[in-house]
Amino acid sequence: MAKQRAEPFLWLLFSAGGVVAALLVPALLLLFGVLFPLGWITPPDHDHLRAVAAFPLTRLVLFGLCVLALFHWAHRFRYTLYEGLQLKHLHRVIAVLCYGGAIAGSAAAAYLLTAGL
Amino acid sequence: MTVKDAPGGYTDFHPRWYRRPMPVFWWVRRRSYLAFVARELSSVFVAWFVAFLLLLIRAVGQGEAAYQRYLDWAANPFIIAVNVVALGFVVFHAITWFNLAPQAMVVRMRGQRVPPSMIAGGNYLAWLVASAIVIWIVLA
Repeated sequence: MAKQRAEPFLWLLFSAGGVVAALLVPALLLLFGVLFPLGWITPPDHDHLRAVAAFPLTRLVLFGLCVLALFHWAHRFRYTLYEGLQLKHLHRVIAVLCYGGAIAGSAAAAYLLTAGL
Repeated sequence: MTVKDAPGGYTDFHPRWYRRPMPVFWWVRRRSYLAFVARELSSVFVAWFVAFLLLLIRAVGQGEAAYQRYLDWAANPFIIAVNVVALGFVVFHAITWFNLAPQAMVVRMRGQRVPPSMIAGGNYLAWLVASAIVIWIVLA
């Protein structure tokens, strides 16, 4: 019962995470994952990046991005395992691992964006 | 227990429903199925990106030397390869997500339905603006 009431809320998180991931992740991944490592663009220096990251609005956006993107993953991956690999009988373990992972990641993000910066 | 003895005249054992067994890799048979699974799998790369981003934030918080170590680690060919694949999946996610938006959002203005192409266009415009802001903030 409780699970059925949680489902619309989880779907909302999934959907919000999908929007945020679609809007922000490609540009960030292109810069930090591909262009900087390949040396095509010089990465920003440490002081600039730290100043940007420590700005309150950036912290908030980064935290929201991490939390929503993680719950987006948790929800979608849960169904990938259920249907793609036909593991429906393991639904409890899978749900705990997916949402537990998202909660752990969100806690890590909260710590790194407050005490860590 | 016979049919006659059972309460209501039924046995406790009803025949198992017939279900055609599905092979585990049912989704490789058709392009549209494969696209569906690719879309679902894009979420794994979204999660990988969050981990990659959190490591960056940690390194930036720890100082200059840690940031340099992070940049060196990210320049490892294996990590670059993972990120190139991840970028492909994330862009695929973005495109399929924005193309789906008109079906999820039915907007009406003065009693007229806003054409789906305009809603998709608005989403792509938002993507462009958000990407430009991100790149500007990081590089400025």
